[in-house]
Amino acid sequence: MTPFDAVVADAPPGGVWQGAAWALARDLKLALRSRPELGVLLLFYVIVVTLFPLGVGAEPALLHALGPGVLWVAALLASLLSLPRLFASDFADGTLEQIALSPYPLPALISGKIAAHWASTGLPLVVISPLLGLQFGLAGDELVVLALGLLLGTPTLSMLGAIGAALTLGARGGGGLLALLILPLYVPILIFGAGAVDAMRGGLAASPQLSLLGAALIAAAVGAPLATSAAVRIALD
Amino acid sequence: MNSSIHWFRFASPASFYPLAGRLVPWFAIAAAILAAIGLWVGLVVAPTDAQQGDAYRIIFIHVPAAWMSMFIYVVMAFWCAISLGFNARLAAMLAQALAPTGALFTAIALWTGALWGKPTWGTYWAWDARMTSELILLFLYFGYIALRNAIDDPRRADRASSVLALVGAVNVPIIYFSVKWWNTLHQGASVSLSAAPKMAAIMLTGMLVMTFAAWFYAIAVVLVRTRSIILDRERGAAWISETVG
Amino acid sequence: MSDFLTMGGYGFYVWGSYLVTALLIVIEAVAVCARFKASRRAAADAGRGR
Repeated sequence: MTPFDAVVADAPPGGVWQGAAWALARDLKLALRSRPELGVLLLFYVIVVTLFPLGVGAEPALLHALGPGVLWVAALLASLLSLPRLFASDFADGTLEQIALSPYPLPALISGKIAAHWASTGLPLVVISPLLGLQFGLAGDELVVLALGLLLGTPTLSMLGAIGAALTLGARGGGGLLALLILPLYVPILIFGAGAVDAMRGGLAASPQLSLLGAALIAAAVGAPLATSAAVRIALD
Repeated sequence: MNSSIHWFRFASPASFYPLAGRLVPWFAIAAAILAAIGLWVGLVVAPTDAQQGDAYRIIFIHVPAAWMSMFIYVVMAFWCAISLGFNARLAAMLAQALAPTGALFTAIALWTGALWGKPTWGTYWAWDARMTSELILLFLYFGYIALRNAIDDPRRADRASSVLALVGAVNVPIIYFSVKWWNTLHQGASVSLSAAPKMAAIMLTGMLVMTFAAWFYAIAVVLVRTRSIILDRERGAAWISETVG
Repeated sequence: MSDFLTMGGYGFYVWGSYLVTALLIVIEAVAVCARFKASRRAAADAGRGR
């Protein structure tokens, strides 16, 4: 008798929003219990960002030019590192199977899980990025566009990443395989996110890129839970 | 009605296997003949270009390879969709057979593109939109192959890699659009890196002949690979002992 | 003939492209045929073994 069964016994069948809310609440509770792990992920982001000046030199003009790209690439890598959390432990102890068998629509449950995943791994990156941006000499309005871009982009990274995480459940190859599958899909988000800051520097508006990030977010919100739930069902077969 | 019955007759590995075996020699011979013609046109008949000299002759390999790399991915994604929609093993096997050849053409396109870039634009790799997208396409092929290899159960590997291929196919236009935009932002008003020499008719002919040669070669190789895959995966089936035992 | 070989000075690039491509194609074709022969042998052995 898992805690899940107790909930399912009372819950009405169906219910997209109830399913999503249930999964969101559960995963957030689990995330709160693993704060050290999440802290480590955030630290990884900081460390990777710090490596770049060590690698290319601390000349201010160079860092200023590299800053948006570095902060975005590091966000992609941090997202990649955080993805196994999404399904791995549930898959290992059989909870994922229970979740898939529940009366809630699987895409709804997965949306809830992804939302919790983003809140615990993506949102901290958004919050800390302005601080790190200062290290690269980014100005105030650049920091705003950077953070806004990350705010719009990191949920999409979580959603695209969820597809990869589900596809690689029970597959050999670990993080390397997931990176190979997901990073090409991340490329447009990276281009528009870093490009938004660059555009603003060039005197243009950043709104086209931010709008594209918003559009990608909406498209991913529609498509990713469906693709992910298909992948989860394949993994559970 | 008749044509649909004929189609589904070859949807089983057992009936596809001998059909593929009969088709391979025709496509292989056609590919060899077309390649000979294409090479003769490209290396001998076509005149030296005014701007790029004889270096432009690389397009007779580069462009067909690039076209095939994209075409094969689309075909692969198509068979992946069929395999998911109809739960069809053979469609998944065809996709599995297509991937290595698609990756090979992508690699050839990248290699020849680099060798064409050096004499004409001064650098082996210029991060232009088409080559960068081609590189990402190579990653997509590798990802498909890697995921297949990482899952032990063949049917699960079929389904997972099919989902991946379809997700990739949907994203390819988005990736290309974003890379194109990125390139214009960062290259500025420099030389148009995709400028091919003004196409004399004979050059276009040569490229088309080589494209068909590549296409028929790909079909031949993919059919042979599919036959191998069928034998490997259907081992134990009665029809196999009758055919090869 | 020598112009054919030197390709107007671009011989390295042109022949580097054509020869590497030919090599890769030959390798793929040979590998695919070898794999097929191995698969057929294995399938025949499996059939006889039963």
